[in-house]
Amino acid sequence: MRHDVFIAGYGGQGVLLAGNLLSYAALHENLNVSFFPAYGVEKRGGAAMCTVIISAGDTGSPVVGNPSVSVLLNQLSFDKYAARVKRGGMCVVNSTLVNTDHAELPGIELIRVPMNQIAIDLGDVRMVNMVACGAYAALTGVLPSLALHEALKKALPERNHALIPANIRAINTGAAVALEQRKS
Amino acid sequence: MKQVFSRPASLKDVQTHFCPGCHHGTIHRLVAEAMDEFGIRDRTIGCASVGCSVFLYGYFDIDVVESPHGRAPAVATGVKRARPDTIVFTYQGDGDLAAIGTSEIIHAANRGEDITVIFVNNTTYGMTGGQMAPTTMPGQKTSTSPYGRDIKNDGAPFKMAELLSNLDGVAYSARVAVNSPKNVIQAKKAVKTAFRYQLEGRGFSFIEALAACPTNWGMNPLPANQRVGDEMIPYFPLGTYKNTENL
Amino acid sequence: MSERLFIKGNEAVAMAAIEAGVRCYFGYPITPQSDIPEYLSRELPKTGGTFIQVESEIGAINMVLGASAAGVRAMTSSSGPGISLKQEGISYMAGSELPGVIVDIMRAGPGLGGIDASQADYFQATRGGGHGGYRIIVLAPGSVQEMYDLTMLAFDLSDQWRIPALVLADSVLGQMKESLVANPRPKADLPPKEWAVRGRGEGMQQNIVKSLYLGDGEMEKFHWKMHARYQELAEKECRWEEVQTADAELIVTAFGSTARIASTAVAMAREAGMKVGLLRPITLFPFPKQAYAALSEHCKHFLDIELSTGQMVDDVRLSVARDADVAFYGRPPGAGSLPTPEELFEQIRKVYP
Repeated sequence: MRHDVFIAGYGGQGVLLAGNLLSYAALHENLNVSFFPAYGVEKRGGAAMCTVIISAGDTGSPVVGNPSVSVLLNQLSFDKYAARVKRGGMCVVNSTLVNTDHAELPGIELIRVPMNQIAIDLGDVRMVNMVACGAYAALTGVLPSLALHEALKKALPERNHALIPANIRAINTGAAVALEQRKS
Repeated sequence: MKQVFSRPASLKDVQTHFCPGCHHGTIHRLVAEAMDEFGIRDRTIGCASVGCSVFLYGYFDIDVVESPHGRAPAVATGVKRARPDTIVFTYQGDGDLAAIGTSEIIHAANRGEDITVIFVNNTTYGMTGGQMAPTTMPGQKTSTSPYGRDIKNDGAPFKMAELLSNLDGVAYSARVAVNSPKNVIQAKKAVKTAFRYQLEGRGFSFIEALAACPTNWGMNPLPANQRVGDEMIPYFPLGTYKNTENL
Repeated sequence: MSERLFIKGNEAVAMAAIEAGVRCYFGYPITPQSDIPEYLSRELPKTGGTFIQVESEIGAINMVLGASAAGVRAMTSSSGPGISLKQEGISYMAGSELPGVIVDIMRAGPGLGGIDASQADYFQATRGGGHGGYRIIVLAPGSVQEMYDLTMLAFDLSDQWRIPALVLADSVLGQMKESLVANPRPKADLPPKEWAVRGRGEGMQQNIVKSLYLGDGEMEKFHWKMHARYQELAEKECRWEEVQTADAELIVTAFGSTARIASTAVAMAREAGMKVGLLRPITLFPFPKQAYAALSEHCKHFLDIELSTGQMVDDVRLSVARDADVAFYGRPPGAGSLPTPEELFEQIRKVYP
């Protein structure tokens, strides 16, 4: 099995941390992983994106043209990258910030999760990336939520480990809301 | 009969390629005497530069690394950091040290590398045939300053001993000459101080030695020697510009 | 088995250098390789090693020259603009038969170029780069694991052959993170560095490290000696990887990050029923000519892919059998313009016989 996911947003949304978290979770599951980051020249506010490949065997290309799953956290990345998702693939969007009304994405499953709203309700908008990771894991079944929880210990610097319980809540809420959204 | 004078053991028993009246031979000898007197020949590494001093390994009976033009202080840094128990010196001319190698010398000095730099200032590029050097004197004619060095066009000569003395990493900086017995004795003292400071781990030590280059100056040895005293010393005053002995 | 780590390619290089026993690192900051000096500035002093952030790339390579002449393992790292500056020192090291490791995380050029991944420094790396006619060992990793393994190998090969070794990667390999098993490299059986300057010692021979040869015929003799050494190196040290080449009717060839992207394109082609294989040179100098020669006995179609307008393709064309056809697809560097596996698959489709 080989899974790829493309995550994009603007700098400051924690896109790279999200990619790292999924990577560590994959390692926790004894899978191979390749994480390829790219960000704009300016570190805050510019475009941020990364690709994560999770595989039991070779990870192959770190670059993906048509990802099977994209997690898109802002309007700009949705407008630019949503249509690149492979036919039969999935696009998970942060519906708090992304208007999908006029999007035409034939053959792509669109899941709208109000990620910013969920993060704000849980106390900190910065946890939007955790909500996104929870949503991705639950929707794809690639990684168990427990692996994400464990991965927090490695993905977060030690000084932020006090925030792990809050982040776990964000992951779990993201997962639950995403699954509900898919049903509806 | 008692022998009172001999070749320093640190020098090989060979003839040098230096021209008649050139001061390199004398300066080589002073360095070799210092090595002999401190008993450090067997753990000294020389860093040769590009120019007339490139044949360091031919005359000194020590391990030698040849450096690219101007880079001897960087090479010496690598050697000394790799082998802190050795004594490391560079031997560089004015084109090498004060033109193409300004960056390396200033930064090695500023880092306070525990090395000794012997800088031979003869106001010209000797090996390449007498072109203008960064130390060529105002008005001095060379093969690339046929009308004399024009300060407006070429800048003024570098005074390296003074310049380096301003850097905190420098433990010792002195300018000497070997144009008279008195100056040779002074120079010997300074060279020994420079090596002693390295032995004591005080930091970067620097000797600027004024030297004659009769061939490229188009002079006979005696007038060339005379020029060192008459023209060079007034412009490049002898003396100690930095001394951390009592600090 | 050691624990699996998750680290950047650049960090893998730095970790490997320490594992290989590097005593001195001299460098200058430049994107996209600054993780290497950052890591070593933190970790190397803990091992008793020396880290200096030097005033210039030129100073850095000459410190490597000095430390290496003194007999210890020394390295530097940079990217294109800095590697250009280092060529002087690399030429002197080659002329002085000094080992030493240089890591080149390629970026776009010429000039200041940009920080995007590029493979356009293939010629600079494999042709020597500086003046005088010499070659250096060039290793091209294709994964974070190989960034680690080949950096250690670079130290061994360089010491063994007394030729500087260059690890040639790009910003994709430098910046991407992958799982890594930091297995120590088995200790190589290397000749003692009897040539090193360390102070001649009582009654010992004077050691001279130099590249100036003025004696009658000396320089010519040096050139033929090194030529013979390069040939022996080519016989003994070529490394490459083949994937599904046995029955291939088209062989894709690429190095480094491009080979990684191509590997997925090849897998897509196989899924589509096309007999496509991959040949990835790991040593770029010496170039694994024999692999191309052998494969082209049976497979007459090659597709070379590079992040440039075509450099390695010259070596490929010189290596394959005369009746083999070598197509080329190039993607010179540009912001956000890495080729995708889908794009390379299209190219495979175009040239597939």
